[in-house]
Amino acid sequence: MKWPAIGYVRADSLDDLWRIQAEHGAAAQVLAGGQTLLATLAFRLSDPKLLVDITRIAALRGVELQGGVLRIGALTRHAELARDGLVAAHAPLLAEAAPLIAHPAIRNRGTIGGSLAYADPAAELPACVVALGATIVTASAAGGRRIPAAAFFTGLLETALEPGEIIAAVEVPVATQATRSAIREVARRSGDYAMAGLAASLEMDGARVGAARLVFFGVGAGPVLAARAGAALQGRVLDGAAVAAAQASLAQDLDPPADMHGPPEMKRHLARVLVQRVLAGFQPETEAAA
Amino acid sequence: MSARVEITLTVNGERVTRSVEARRHLIDFLRLDLGLTGSHAGCEHGVCGACTVRVDGEIVRGCLVLAAALDGAEVTTIEGLTDSGEVADLQDAFVARNAAQCGFCSPGMVMAAADILRHHPGATRAEIREHLSGNYCRCTGYQSIVDAVEGTLKAREGTR
Repeated sequence: MKWPAIGYVRADSLDDLWRIQAEHGAAAQVLAGGQTLLATLAFRLSDPKLLVDITRIAALRGVELQGGVLRIGALTRHAELARDGLVAAHAPLLAEAAPLIAHPAIRNRGTIGGSLAYADPAAELPACVVALGATIVTASAAGGRRIPAAAFFTGLLETALEPGEIIAAVEVPVATQATRSAIREVARRSGDYAMAGLAASLEMDGARVGAARLVFFGVGAGPVLAARAGAALQGRVLDGAAVAAAQASLAQDLDPPADMHGPPEMKRHLARVLVQRVLAGFQPETEAAA
Repeated sequence: MSARVEITLTVNGERVTRSVEARRHLIDFLRLDLGLTGSHAGCEHGVCGACTVRVDGEIVRGCLVLAAALDGAEVTTIEGLTDSGEVADLQDAFVARNAAQCGFCSPGMVMAAADILRHHPGATRAEIREHLSGNYCRCTGYQSIVDAVEGTLKAREGTR
């Protein structure tokens, strides 16, 4: 369907954006890559009066290494995540996740800030930033905030963002030699939202797991940190018994709702399969083959 | 705030200035305002890929891009791509393999396939399928399309 009648204005700087927001209040809707927002307009699932194009605000762009943190500007497109050298070196989970998002033409427009702000429960990037222990850096006329990713996602399509507040950047602690990360998902067709997915980041202590963050997507109202499964891995060598222990703990970590893909038990099954697939990738080859 | 926006951009190498409605998506701008009807409006919510065009060198869904946001942009449609001769061999392969039947998806399919030729010249058959997975074809069953792209990649590899 055609988009409804709507206004458009471009903000060329953050100050410009605050001025526009002050003038138009709640009628103004920030537009970044538009790959979700513009589709929701076509379906009349959202009804903003004014689109405020923020894609030319330089302060929201760029990927930089700042000490032990990789700062990824909110306007960084999925395709950029997939090919950026700094992302590949310091936040490889995001580089691995990007090609799983939709299709090439969508990845050329969609942004990390937009994906996080929309907070689709089946989206890859919200789960990744929670797994990575990232910080969401926000900006608003009243000043910015720094919100831990785990506290950012507050419910179905809901975040901690206040009206008028936008995501400015994501700060990811850089991966070390001891970091192992991976993302896997199960989807019926390439590019679809996943029926279930798992983003994992482990800190190894030699051959043993120091700490593990297993974050599922597509199995709840938002990214779901499987704290018990992570704890079950702690201090263990990543062998078959460790995988089984993590899988067994999922029963308490997950409470998946039925959705169009299937009943809760199907989601639980997929979650166990995903744990096996992700952890197998971290095992020495002999263990993985066994 | 404005319901109409004046934009100046380059379309297939030609500079154009138009006043567009804010609600106009790129494909309607191309088809209705500029008369470039090669790009097709299919689902109009970013699923089918029939509207695939290039903006600033990268393929996008034309139905998920506001024309109003494209001031200063460089747009290439199937008409421009064809005129440049960049994918003449690919288009010949589409014909030879019968990779177009009704033809509705073909402009978008060729735009997406051209992206493979440019960015992934060593693409495997699986990678070709993956790259074209956002472009729907309801006639061919895809095999002949993948054949055409694969054949073009191999022929180009041979002539390099």
